[in-house]
Amino acid sequence: MTFDLEMAEIAKVFFQESREGLDVMESGLLSLGATADSENINTIFRAAHSIKGGSATFGFAEVAGFTHGVETLLDEMRNGVRPVTAEAIQTLLQACDCLREMIAATEAEQPLDQVRIASLNGDIKHILGEANEAPASVSAPPAAAGNETAGAGAASEPSGWRIRFEPVADLLRLRNEPTRMFAELRRLGAMVAHADASRLPPLDALDPESCYLSWNIDITGQIPRGKLDEIFDWVDSGCRLEFTPTGGSAPPAPGAKASAQPQAAAIDAGSAETKAVSPTETKAVALTEAKAAAPADADRSAPAGAPVQKAAGDSGSIRVATEKVDNIINLVGELLITQSMLSSFADGIDPNDLDRLRQGLSQLARNTRELQESVMQIRMLPISFAFNRFPRIVHDLSRKLAKKVELKLSGEGTELDKTVLEKISDPLVHLVRNALDHGLEIPERRIAAGKQETGTLELAAFHEGGNIIIEVRDDGAGLNKAKILQKARERALVAPDQELTDEQIDNLIFMPGFSTAEQISDVSGRGVGMDVVRRNINDLGGHVQISSKEGLGSTIRIRLPLTLAILDGQLVRVGKEIYIISLLAIVETIQVARERVNTLVGRTEVFRLRDEYLPVVKLCDQFGVEPDSRSAEDGLLVVLEADGKRVGVLVDDLLAQQQVVIKSLESNFKSVAGIAGATILGDGTVALIIDAPGLISSAAKQGAGAVAAHAA
Amino acid sequence: MSTAKPTAGADKLAAESSEQYLTFMLAGEEYGVDILRVQEIKGWDKVTRIPHTPDYVLGVINLRGAVVPILDLRRRFGLETIAFGPTTVVIVVRVMTGRDERTVGVVVDAVSEVYNVDAADAKPPPDVCGTVDTVFVKALVTIEEKMLILLDIDRLIGNSIVDELVPGAEVA
Repeated sequence: MTFDLEMAEIAKVFFQESREGLDVMESGLLSLGATADSENINTIFRAAHSIKGGSATFGFAEVAGFTHGVETLLDEMRNGVRPVTAEAIQTLLQACDCLREMIAATEAEQPLDQVRIASLNGDIKHILGEANEAPASVSAPPAAAGNETAGAGAASEPSGWRIRFEPVADLLRLRNEPTRMFAELRRLGAMVAHADASRLPPLDALDPESCYLSWNIDITGQIPRGKLDEIFDWVDSGCRLEFTPTGGSAPPAPGAKASAQPQAAAIDAGSAETKAVSPTETKAVALTEAKAAAPADADRSAPAGAPVQKAAGDSGSIRVATEKVDNIINLVGELLITQSMLSSFADGIDPNDLDRLRQGLSQLARNTRELQESVMQIRMLPISFAFNRFPRIVHDLSRKLAKKVELKLSGEGTELDKTVLEKISDPLVHLVRNALDHGLEIPERRIAAGKQETGTLELAAFHEGGNIIIEVRDDGAGLNKAKILQKARERALVAPDQELTDEQIDNLIFMPGFSTAEQISDVSGRGVGMDVVRRNINDLGGHVQISSKEGLGSTIRIRLPLTLAILDGQLVRVGKEIYIISLLAIVETIQVARERVNTLVGRTEVFRLRDEYLPVVKLCDQFGVEPDSRSAEDGLLVVLEADGKRVGVLVDDLLAQQQVVIKSLESNFKSVAGIAGATILGDGTVALIIDAPGLISSAAKQGAGAVAAHAA
Repeated sequence: MSTAKPTAGADKLAAESSEQYLTFMLAGEEYGVDILRVQEIKGWDKVTRIPHTPDYVLGVINLRGAVVPILDLRRRFGLETIAFGPTTVVIVVRVMTGRDERTVGVVVDAVSEVYNVDAADAKPPPDVCGTVDTVFVKALVTIEEKMLILLDIDRLIGNSIVDELVPGAEVA
């Protein structure tokens, strides 16, 4: 099925909304396990219904058909006909997964996994106990409708149909072409269409783009209902369609003005009240009337139901394209630059004349800062977006591992930058899986250890000093320090005679290639876990640490910056150049005392800081700048730390500390070793931001190179 | 010798096959770039140096909030460098490197003219020089009895920016 562009746009919204709907269903289903309240089932039902309605509208017949079964089951649960069993919930959860894949496949125009769909469909039917009952949904898509006609057809095979087609005025604007549909009908059999022009307004009131006509179509031939549905599939939302079988063994066709005739089925794409029962006459009529009363837009609102509902929980969120937000952020960044440009200009002029200018400027400064803060807020999302997937993951994993786990979430409202949020999700999943697999013990062992049978896994997020802290805590077995140390020694990650503190031992698990899992399971243990987690977090400018007490559990603590777009920077000067170092990387800054500087093999300088020797990195040499002075004691040593390594960076002077807007060097140029990006200072010039981890590792390499060169 | 059609005062619409080129001077030679690629022309201003880059990358400037690299075309071509004077300008061009569009400034001695160049008049560069720099030459045209070197700006700047530099391009 090919869409034109506009349609593809709308379909995109549908896919997005369906995914949200599935999330709603999933979280609803998971909480259903604990309490089977009807409001919850209703929520799940509505989400499923929206997906069905939407997919039928877009002609994704298989999605709609599949959802229909899910919806039927939910409907029966809602009405109390069907008990809410663990089996049913499990099946519905699997159906959610399946739907998610179907939607992804539909979006990517990939073939669907028919085997899985069929098997799940079978499961659902099994629960419904209606495997032999042909589902007869009025709005069922062609596939299901085919069944229906097969069922209904056995009773009365019509030899023709009378179709009453009353389109909405927008029909043509929605890019539908009645003549094309008629042409398709004609291919099914002999067709006569009578146009009904009674709705035509007088010429002066006529909107040439609107459709005022309706049609009575008589078509002869043994045509299954599904075929007709297929043709009208595209337009059925909001249009009034009636199909009346004519001739054959069908009951005598009612008069021409038949409006509530027997076996008339009103179809309506969004129709919520479709039941999985054969539409009796009365039902069909009732439906027709109900739908006639409810205007088309009532149906239209149905697919929007899921996100609205969700939004209610998120205190009214809006969907904004990240690109637009980024654009605003850039603009505000520039505003900030202009403002500081003006202030530094005002500083240079006689202050007596410019008191008012200064006042205005300070107001501008305040305004811009506030504006910037509020604009940055747009990018901020509550961490619940990342946390929401954990109930499901924990549910599935604990079943698989036969462990009893209670998941506690706290601080879900803590907001952090969208980019950070997206990149932290996977590492968090990894940590949670690890905690479940290695941390928490099976019930028997817990009882033996005198602990509660059910283990606790806590995910907490909170603010701490301009950073976001995310903690993953479990009350499991904790890390086996002896085993870790043994393993680390086996793999030569630690020197045999090296003494390590408990904390250092715990953090060894973040070393590349380290895994203590005795058996490689599909949950964890491939040895590519924790170091990747740490790298991802470091890439975000964050930091991860683990602390653990044997027998009592472990806590993994992740520290993340609030945002990636702005950085708290320390301006440093080397010669005539100004560089910016992230305050997060700076441990301290010290005046260098001559006696503390020593040279290694005559070249590499090291500095004794308390009981540690730090390699001295001269920025002037690294970046090829002419400094004020080459000797260490004339400058300042900025101690940087990254990846657990420390270096002292020699600069000529420390200047102001300020928040800077990070601009990428790559967007117009390329990445440069030792440089993380650029920013624009108050005077309009560009200053480069130093990539502290990069600088440290390249300094280490150069140091090694220098030693090698010296040796040679 | 092909005939050339200077634009100066030419009222007639440019033929479909003709393109407009902005020309500039560099060490006595006249070069042309597709005018549709030129974003703006600005005076020379102080740049922020970037470490670990070839010498023809003078640094970056703030162009209305965007960080834009500035390349010295004389150094890029390995020509003798001169002190920047009053006519020294930065031509800001948009180039395609791979799928991305980048904005880059190039420092030239002076801007010269805008010419309509007929595609038919453009001659491929002679395959003699043996120097790598000719790969940046899209074509040669003769205009008012002068030779005009039309540059392939994407290649020139793309090559200067991406990490694999053309061997030999980095002339001291």
